[in-house]
Parts: sequence; structure tokens; C-alpha cells
Amino acid sequence: MASAVAAPPPDAVLRPPRERVSSWPLADRLAYGLCWLVGVGLCLVTAWIVLYMFLKGLSHFSFELFVESPAPTISQSTSGGFKDALIGTFIVTAIGIAIAAPLGVAIAAWLSEFGRPSWLARIVESALETVAGAPSIVLALFGLLLFSPGFLSFLSQSAPRGALAESFLVAGIVLSALALPLVVGATREALVQLPPRLREASFALGKTKATTITKVLLPSIRPSVASGIVLGMGRIIGDTAIIVILLGGTLRTEPVGNTPVLGTLRGLGSTLTQYVYYNSPAGEGNSHEKAYVAAFVLMMIVVLLNALVTRLTSGKRGLLARAFELLRFEPAKA
Amino acid sequence: MSARFSGDRRAEFLLGASAVVVLALIGLMVVTILIKAWPSFSYNGLKWFGPGGNVEEQLRAQRDGSPIPGHGLFYFRAWPLIWGTIVTTAGAVAIALVVSVLASVFITEFAPALVRRVLDPVIRLLAAVPSVIYGLIGILAIAPWVERHLISNARKQSVIYVVQLSGADLMTATLILTLMILPIMVAITANTLDAVPVSWREGSAALGVNRWRTIWRVSLRMAWPAIAAATVLATARALGEAIMVAMVSGSHAFAANPLDGLTFLYEPVQPLAATILRESGGNTVGPLAHTIYAIAAVLIVSATLLSLAGWAAKQPLKRYGVA
Repeated sequence: MASAVAAPPPDAVLRPPRERVSSWPLADRLAYGLCWLVGVGLCLVTAWIVLYMFLKGLSHFSFELFVESPAPTISQSTSGGFKDALIGTFIVTAIGIAIAAPLGVAIAAWLSEFGRPSWLARIVESALETVAGAPSIVLALFGLLLFSPGFLSFLSQSAPRGALAESFLVAGIVLSALALPLVVGATREALVQLPPRLREASFALGKTKATTITKVLLPSIRPSVASGIVLGMGRIIGDTAIIVILLGGTLRTEPVGNTPVLGTLRGLGSTLTQYVYYNSPAGEGNSHEKAYVAAFVLMMIVVLLNALVTRLTSGKRGLLARAFELLRFEPAKA
Repeated sequence: MSARFSGDRRAEFLLGASAVVVLALIGLMVVTILIKAWPSFSYNGLKWFGPGGNVEEQLRAQRDGSPIPGHGLFYFRAWPLIWGTIVTTAGAVAIALVVSVLASVFITEFAPALVRRVLDPVIRLLAAVPSVIYGLIGILAIAPWVERHLISNARKQSVIYVVQLSGADLMTATLILTLMILPIMVAITANTLDAVPVSWREGSAALGVNRWRTIWRVSLRMAWPAIAAATVLATARALGEAIMVAMVSGSHAFAANPLDGLTFLYEPVQPLAATILRESGGNTVGPLAHTIYAIAAVLIVSATLLSLAGWAAKQPLKRYGVA
């Protein structure tokens, strides 16, 4: 049976002509042009920075730099490579993340799932914001104060006037403060965005809140937590101020005592950022070629971490994301 | 398990305790820095912030322990450093404000999908580049270029008895600082522009307003609290940037004089954070240490005030349910 009213032919819908920029008033067209200029300009500037670093880094590139320890001489040919700095960067990042990741997740879980009393939660939040906004050089000065006297001095080597408060441990602990707000932020954001039905389903099965957090909520936001951690790693790797102040001025890794691991951790050293700073015209070493190569390596690390974050946050859980799935907060049970 | 200390209670206690420990540490940080800074402030009073004499001499006198004639060992007038901080920060924030608004409008409205897909990672990459790399580029690439092409010999001669113009100067530092704070501002602004209710823009478009006017009159007007908050956050970052500024700004505690005309842009400065980096040789005792902690106190107090201001600036957005 045919319906009484025929459907209108699809062509009958009148679409207004597409708005053309050329029909705008002059001022608006100027603004439009400025927008394009700025957008393209940003791309060009970034491309220039990346290309400049890569070209300069690659033109002085040599594998010996990676395996030689630095030596404090002016002469370019004998001042060695940045093996110690590379190792130092890894040590410091490992310490910082080992502290910031569990602590950050715990704080985020408390803020989002408990948060009682609410005034305390609000104070904790604003305190974290203070740390996120605090200049890293101020954090470094606080570390200097905190670790030089008294009972915390065992973390660094001693000097005639009490501890120096300079060591891998001290630097790593203070650097964790840089990563902490990022881990808390990413975790909390993800927890807040989880649909309530996840929690309700878990409670309905008789699970406690603690079990719900460790078994349901945290596993389902693993990519977000991982991206927070990777962002934090980026900040730790890129920081120079804390390293310059809390890791001593030495380029070589200088362990204290004979205990293999603890000696290194309590000793002085350097990281890539400090190596770049030392070899820049602002530092004492002033050998541009080495600074370029070290900065190139640093840049590669940053670009890789950046790609990792993009991968993690785009929702697609590719190979790299799966690597981070090792990061469980609770031993898996069958 | 007793009801009084069940698993949930224990979990809440443990998680809450970790939060409180961190809170206590942060509180301790602010308090200890203020205590450590007090001798310098109490000796100099409010004049600490004012002008008076050569800052570098004052710092050297404090390191050597031989006071400047006529003054005590704690004598310190930070104005050249504060001025350097104000000029670089204000300049960078002002440029970044304009550029970031245009860039975020471009990203959210005008950019073709392909360009947008490039720009997002570009912004994130700019945010992730370590400041020491920015500093290295500034001192090895930009400063020599500025010295060779922009600073004429006549200009150098005109101030040779006061200060040397080397290309590592106010302008270079400000421009690189702009680049460093830009990503934060673009990210926040673009995020908010994305969150403008579509119906508002459609309403505007239905009235025959073109796309740019819609952005200007509707989207940006709604987003201004977020833009203000982003600006404030970026200001805090610019204040605290030490490494890049120490490398690029010329590291000469000189109060660049705007009355010098264009030469002003090429004069060296040394902001507060860079001063801490240069002067702290790991010492936590003596007058120099107190002065350094006083500078740190100024930085952390202004950073905290700025983050408060950022929070306050964002409040109007709550009305729209966007924040």
C-alpha cells in the first residue's frame, strides 16, 4: 500500500552556499591569514629545531662518545664521551619514577575514591599544584636543605661540614617531585572519567573498595597511568637545575666506598642534561660538538617518549603500550 | 577481620597517609625556605626589592665574607634581577598570549584535518624539549646570528663603557622563553575552544555571522577565563625557568634600560632563577646562602600566588560546565 504522502525528492533540500573567506570583511580576512601564519610558523619553527639538532648531532656523531667516560680537560680529543652521563640519566630516572609512580597512583586513588575529609583532599590538591608550578631550582634548593643535616645525610657522602646533600639518591628523590603531579593528574583524570557502572558492578559482586581499586579500576586505566608516568619521565630526563645543584659538578660517576650499587647511588655523577650544560658556552667544558651530540641523544629520547605518550593516549594499545602492561599494581592471579 | 580496621579502612588509611606525607613535605619545603630566607629579608627590609648598587658586587662580597664598605654583609638590593625577571617574563607572556590564541583558533577551527594531525604532536613535542636544549640552540645558533646581523658596531660602541652586547641578551631570552611557554597556553586554550557548545556557534552562524566573528564574539569570549588561567600558569613557568635563561640571557646582572631605545633589546639581563643557578655552589650556610634562599622564597611565593590566581581565573568557566 502506497503512503499518502510521497517522500520529497532528496535534491529538493536547499543547502546554502559554502561560506567563503573571500566574502569576509578585510579585518576578518586579515585575522584568518594571521591564524594560518602562526599555525604554519609553529610547524616551521619546530621543524627547524628538530632538524638543527639532528643535523648538528649527526655531523659530530661517533660511537666512541657513547662508550667513553668523560674527562675534565679542555682538549677536545681527550675529554672523552658521555657514557657516564647516559648511565646517570637512567639511574636518576629510575629512582625518580620508582618513587613517583606508586606514590602518585596512591594519591590519585585516594583523591578520587576516598577523598575524606574533603578539606584535606582540597589542601592536598592545591599543594600538588604548588609543586607542579614551583620552579625546579627551588625544589633543588629545598633538597639541599632537607638532605644535608642530620638523619637523612646517610643518602649522600659526608663532607667536613656535614653531608654534601649531593648524590644520585638525593637527586632522584627530589626529581620525583617533578613527575609526581603528572602521575597524579593523569591517574586521577582517568579515574574520574571511568563510568560508575564499573564500580557498581564490582560492589554488587561483594568486592571491597580496596579490591575494586586494585582489581577493577587501576587495570582499566593502565594506559593513562602509563602515559602519566612517561610524561613524568620526560620531565625528569629533561631537568637540569636539580641535577646541577644536587648531583655535584663532576662529569664522571664517582662512587663512595666499596659497596657496588649503594656506593654509586650515594656518589656523584652527571646526566645528559648536565653534560650538555657543561659543554655549552655557559659551562666550563665548552666543547660544542660534544654538547650537540649529547643534546641530539637527549632529543631522540624525548621524541621517543613523546611518541610513546601519543601511542598510549590515542586509545590504540600497540606494541609499546603492551610493553607498559608489565606495569601492574598487584601481582596477577589466575 | 575486625570491623574497626577492615581492608577498606586500611586501604583508605594507607592511601590517605601517603597523600598526607607528601602534603607535609610540601609544607615543610615552603616553611624551611622562608625560614632560611628570613635573615636576608630582615636585614634589608622592603629595600631588598629596591635598586641600589651593583648586585654582582654584593653577591661577591657575600661569598668572600668581606662586606662592601658602609654596609653589612647581608646588604642586597635585588632590583636588577627582579627587573630582568619582569621584562623577560612579561615580554614572553605577552607575545605568547597573542600567538597562542591565534594558534589555538587555527588548530580548532581553520586547520585542515591533515595539518591538525601534524600540529598536535608538534605542540606536545615543543612542550617536551628540555630547557637545556632550548638554551643550547639559543646560545649556539640564535645569539651569534643576532650579534652578527642585528647588532651594528655603532650600537655596540655606544654602550661599550657600560655593557657588552654579545647577542646573548634580553631579546633572545624572551623569544626562546616565548617558545617554551607557548605549548601550555596553546594546549589549554585549544582544549577550551573545543569545549565551546556547538549550539552556541551554530546559533551565531544562523544569524549570518561569519566564522571568524563567531570565534571572536562567542568562542573566545567564553574561553577567556581559561586563556587567563593558561596565561597565569605560563607566567609561573617563565618565572622559574633557570637553565635556558642562564645560558641565553647574557648572565650579567644588569638592569636593561628601556630609555636606551632599541639597544634595550640587546642588553644582557639576569633574572632571579638564573641567579640562583649561578650562585649556588652547594652551600647552605653563610650570608650568600641566605640571599639565595631569599630569592628562592620570592620565586616560590610568586609561583604559589600565580597558581592561586589561575585557579580563581578559571572559576567563571564552571558556570558553563566546561572547566
